[in-house]
Amino acid sequence: MEPVPRNLKILSGITIAMFVIALYMVFIYAPREAVMGDVQRVFYFHVAAGWVGALAFLVTAIAGGVYLAKRNPKWDRVAVASVEIGVVFTFINIVSGAIWARPIWNTWWTWDPRLVTATIMLLLYLAYLMLRQGIDDPDRRARFGSIYGIVAFVSVPITFLSIRIFRTIHPVVIGSGDPSAEGAFDMTPPMLQAFMFSLLTFTFIYATLLWYRMRLGRLSEQVEKRKMEMMSI
Amino acid sequence: MAEGVGAVGRVGRGSALGGYLRAIGAIVWKDIAAELRSRELLGSMLVFALLVILIFNFALELDLRVRQTVTSGVLWVTFAFAGTLGLNRSMAIEKDRGCLDGLLLAPVDRSALYFGKVLSNLLFMIIVEAIILPLYSLLYNVNLFQPGLIVVILLGSIGYVVVGTLLSAMAVQARTRDILLPILLFPVVLPVLVAAVRATTGILQGLPLEDFQAWLNLLIAYDAIFLGVAIVTFDYVVEE
Repeated sequence: MEPVPRNLKILSGITIAMFVIALYMVFIYAPREAVMGDVQRVFYFHVAAGWVGALAFLVTAIAGGVYLAKRNPKWDRVAVASVEIGVVFTFINIVSGAIWARPIWNTWWTWDPRLVTATIMLLLYLAYLMLRQGIDDPDRRARFGSIYGIVAFVSVPITFLSIRIFRTIHPVVIGSGDPSAEGAFDMTPPMLQAFMFSLLTFTFIYATLLWYRMRLGRLSEQVEKRKMEMMSI
Repeated sequence: MAEGVGAVGRVGRGSALGGYLRAIGAIVWKDIAAELRSRELLGSMLVFALLVILIFNFALELDLRVRQTVTSGVLWVTFAFAGTLGLNRSMAIEKDRGCLDGLLLAPVDRSALYFGKVLSNLLFMIIVEAIILPLYSLLYNVNLFQPGLIVVILLGSIGYVVVGTLLSAMAVQARTRDILLPILLFPVVLPVLVAAVRATTGILQGLPLEDFQAWLNLLIAYDAIFLGVAIVTFDYVVEE
């Protein structure tokens, strides 16, 4: 059993500290939103989780492409680690969105393009994990995973586009959104700071988890190899 | 890939394209000949499609008023379900009887295999659609024979088959292959189904082209994008 690398320990410490600060900023530093009240504080982690989900799936698609070109199993470990993290954070994104939507839109769920796209994205990557589960040969598993990771990522923007015909009620907080959308609000500077810091914190959480998960993947491959060696003796 | 170029080279550099097209044609012809003898693919797709329509008839009570809004949905769900059945079977035949290995030994470019399978899958899907459409028209007394609708069905089927062939080639190599294909395929082809249903509804309700032009564009874009993705990635599915 090899010890946890020093840099990973440092990164974990930084991430934990950042998360504590982020909690402080979200719950105490950022002012209460005038119309929606305290429930608006869901927003900071809701968007940050969605961002990590999208980032994770982008990393999977890129790692898949690199794997197909270079055939280094390391890239496949990146891809699968990233999918697992992305699935968890996309789920957090959807659930926290539902919690926010209940008091503001008066419903847990609407068939809004973003909500539907996030859910389809979740289903796509659950399918990715099922595909891998069904294949025993590690080389083939890595190849098929890479291909499906790319196909899935390409399909997400098209899915979003296709569902957008229905008029959206999801607020666009950043950029030029429709101000009349229910639940839209303007951010004061402390809110913006808390928001940006949440994004940064979640990105650090992603990096830390990715590192741990890749390490776990490598170690379990070694265990697998040792097992084969023992059986062949 | 190098051997593929060599084989085509034998025929002559000038007819490289001809050799490639002949390879595609040979695969399509092989599938048609096998189907003519076994009759297991089209038959099961058709019976299944009819059963789906029958179930919809009772589940949704397809009376005149309901039909006006749900016909396109019923049609596309039927095509999609029957299509999965066909895709799975068409690839499973290759895999089970070792045909795929034989095809891979053939000195042709791997993408010719992909195009061959896409064309034969598309052909089977279109045959099923060509039987379901008049039958649906007959059963429910609606005219489904409009040139616009045929274009939409063609575009939708192409998108469905282009992705479906790629994914079914992967799914048949997995342990859980019978249940895996729909799970892999449906979230990816969702835009095709949404766009095709919307465009079909537009045509059946006699709306002007501008009202559903965006959906046609989306279908064309989807077909082109995923054809590109599939051509690039198919080599990696069948290598080994």
